[in-house]
Amino acid sequence: MGNPDKAKAESGIMRWVDDRFPATQMMQDHLTKYYAPKNFNFFYLFGVLALLMLINQILTGVWLTMSYNPSAEGAFASVEYIMRDVEWGWLIRYMHTTGASAFFLVIYLHMFRGLMYGSYKAPRELVWIFGMTIYLMLMAEAFMGYLLPWGQMSYWGAQVIISLFSAIPGIGPDLAQWVRGDFLISGITLNRFFALHVVALPIVILALVVLHIIALHEVGSNNPDGIDIKQKKDETGKPLDGIAFHPYYTVKDLVGIAIFLFVFCVVVFYFPEGGGYFIEKPNFEPANPLVTPNHIAPVWYFTPFYAILRAITFSLFGLDAKFLGVLFMGGAIAVLFVLPWLDRSPVRSMRYKGWMSKVMLLLFCISFVILGILGVLPSTEGRTILAQVCTVIYFAFFVLMPFYTKLEKTKPVPERVTG
Amino acid sequence: MKKQLIALLFALLPVTALAAGGASVPHSMDPDLRDQASLQNGMKLFVNYCMGCHSLEHQRFARAAEDLGIPQDLVEENLIFSSDLAFNDQMHIAMDSGDAETWFGAAPPDLTLIDRLRGSDYIYSYLLTFYRDPTQPLGVNNMVLEASAMPNVLEPLQGVQEMVCSETDQPVAGQSPDPLSGKYQSCDVLKVTQAGAMEPAEFEEAIYDLTNFLAYVGEPSKLHAQTLAPKVLIFIFIFGVIAYLLKREYWRDVH
Repeated sequence: MGNPDKAKAESGIMRWVDDRFPATQMMQDHLTKYYAPKNFNFFYLFGVLALLMLINQILTGVWLTMSYNPSAEGAFASVEYIMRDVEWGWLIRYMHTTGASAFFLVIYLHMFRGLMYGSYKAPRELVWIFGMTIYLMLMAEAFMGYLLPWGQMSYWGAQVIISLFSAIPGIGPDLAQWVRGDFLISGITLNRFFALHVVALPIVILALVVLHIIALHEVGSNNPDGIDIKQKKDETGKPLDGIAFHPYYTVKDLVGIAIFLFVFCVVVFYFPEGGGYFIEKPNFEPANPLVTPNHIAPVWYFTPFYAILRAITFSLFGLDAKFLGVLFMGGAIAVLFVLPWLDRSPVRSMRYKGWMSKVMLLLFCISFVILGILGVLPSTEGRTILAQVCTVIYFAFFVLMPFYTKLEKTKPVPERVTG
Repeated sequence: MKKQLIALLFALLPVTALAAGGASVPHSMDPDLRDQASLQNGMKLFVNYCMGCHSLEHQRFARAAEDLGIPQDLVEENLIFSSDLAFNDQMHIAMDSGDAETWFGAAPPDLTLIDRLRGSDYIYSYLLTFYRDPTQPLGVNNMVLEASAMPNVLEPLQGVQEMVCSETDQPVAGQSPDPLSGKYQSCDVLKVTQAGAMEPAEFEEAIYDLTNFLAYVGEPSKLHAQTLAPKVLIFIFIFGVIAYLLKREYWRDVH
C-alpha cells in the first residue's frame, strides 16, 4: 500500500500511518536524516528561539483573547481585568508583552547571523526572502497588537504610523481613512486591528514559517564557514561534516533554550516593563483622543526605522519631506529583500571576505543601533544630523555592496568545516 | 565578530539610563510591598482622605483585604462607606465625573495605575509639596504639579505649609554653598508655619504609607511574581544543567 519509495516503519501502528501519510518519511527528512553542519556556533540558536517565541506568542495570545474585550470602551479595563482578576493573567500578559520584545531581539540576531555568514546567498535566496517576509509580517503583527491595550501610547503611536499613509500623494488621505475605517483612530480601528492581529496575520506568519523551513531543508543549512557540506559525502551519502538534526541539535538547542528562558523569566518576573521599553509608561493611561502625549516614541524594535523617517527633513525632486521619509523608511526594509543579488562575493562567510565587507558590516550594525537609540529620543538639530549620517551608512552598506564585495580580495575557503 | 558584539553592547548601554529619566522631583521613596502595616495604613488614609474624589476602578476591596491581611469584617465596617458597594466590588466613587469637572475644573483622575504612570517618587513628592498660594483659586499650589486643581485635603494633618526664603540643603542653580554651613539660600523653601495634627516626620511617614499603598494598587501581582520567580529560575537552571549533560553525552561521538 501507499508509495513504495517512501521510508516506512516495519510494522504496527506506525506502518499503518505510513501507508496513509508520510510520517516516517517527514521525520527523517526534517529531523533524523536532516544533516546540519556540525560547526554551528552561538548565532545558530536564534532560529529555534524565534520558533519558541512564536509558540509562546500564540499560546499566551489565545489565553489573552479569552478575557480581552476589543472595544474602545472596554479594552483598557479588560487588560487590567486580566492583570488582576484572571488567574495567572498577569503572567500570561507579561509573557506576551516580553515575548514580543524577545521575539524581535532574537529575529534581529538571527538576521545578523545571516548577514555575517552569507546565509542569504545562492542557493538560499528563497530562504532569505521568506524570512524577510516573516519579519515584515511580524512588524505588522506587533504594530497592530500594540494598539489593543488602548493606552495613550497605543493610540498615539498608531495615529502617527497610520498618518504616514496620508503622505502618499493623491490617494494618501483617503488611504489613511480606509485603513482606520474612521476619520480618526476609534473603536472601529481597534476591532479591525484585533481581527488582523489574532486571526489573519498569525495564519500568514505560520504559513511563512513553514515555507521558510521547507526551503531551508531543501537546500540545507549554511554554516559559519559558508561552505557546502554536501560536496563531501561518505559512502552512504551522508555529508562528512553533517550530523543529524535530531538528536544532536535538538539536545544542543535545549541548552540554549534553557539559558534563554532563564533570562526571559528574569524579565517577566522582575522587570516586565523592560525599563519602560517593553511597556511604555504613557500606556498606563487610557487612550484619550483629545490629549496628545508630550513625546511619542514607538516600541524599541521599530525605532531604527522611525529614526530614518524623521531623518528626512528636506524635500527632493518635488516630493515633500514627509513622503520622502516614508519612502526611505520603506526602502530601508525593502532593500533587505534584494540582498542576495547585491552580494557579488565569491565566498559566503565573513570569515573569508575581505576587510571592506567587514568594515561595512560593522558600520552598518553600529548605525542601526544608533538609529534605534535616536528613534526613542525627542529629535534635536544635532540628533537629526547624526540620524542622517547613520541613514547614509545604512543605505551605503547595501548600495555599495555590489562594488566592495566584487573589488575586495577574499581569503581561500577551506575544503572542510573548521569547527 | 567579537568587536562587533562588543560595539553592539556598548552602544546599547546608554539606552538603559534614558528609560529611567523623566521629570526630577524633590523627594524620593522606595515602596516596600512586604510591609503590611504600612500598606494597611496607606489604604486607611486613601479611603478616608482620597476616595471622596479618586476612584480605584480596577482594584477590588476583597483583593486588597486579602493581599494586605485585613479581615473582611474590618474592611466592611471601616473601609466601605457607601451602601452601594460590596466587599467584592471595585473601589468606585459616588461622585459623578461631570459634576467633578464643574466643581474643580478637571475631573479627579482614577488612581489605580497612577504609580505605574508617574512613579512613586512623583506621588510622594506631590503629596508633600502643597503650599499656601493666595493667587490660586483654591488658595494652594503644588511644587511638583504647578497650578494643580486639587485642594490640599491633607492640610489638617500636615498643617499650613508656606513657601519662604530660608537656608536649604538642596543645591540652588547658580549659587555656591555657604562656606561655613554648606547650605544654600533659597526662596523656594517649604516650611510648616502652623502645626497640623501630625508632626512633620509623622506626616512624611503617613505619606510614605499612602504612596506605598498606591504602588501596591498599581500592580497587585508584583509581590506574588517576586515570590514565585526564584522557584521558576531554579527549575530552569536545573533543567539547563540536565540538558547540558545530555548534550555532552550525545556529542561525545562528534569530532
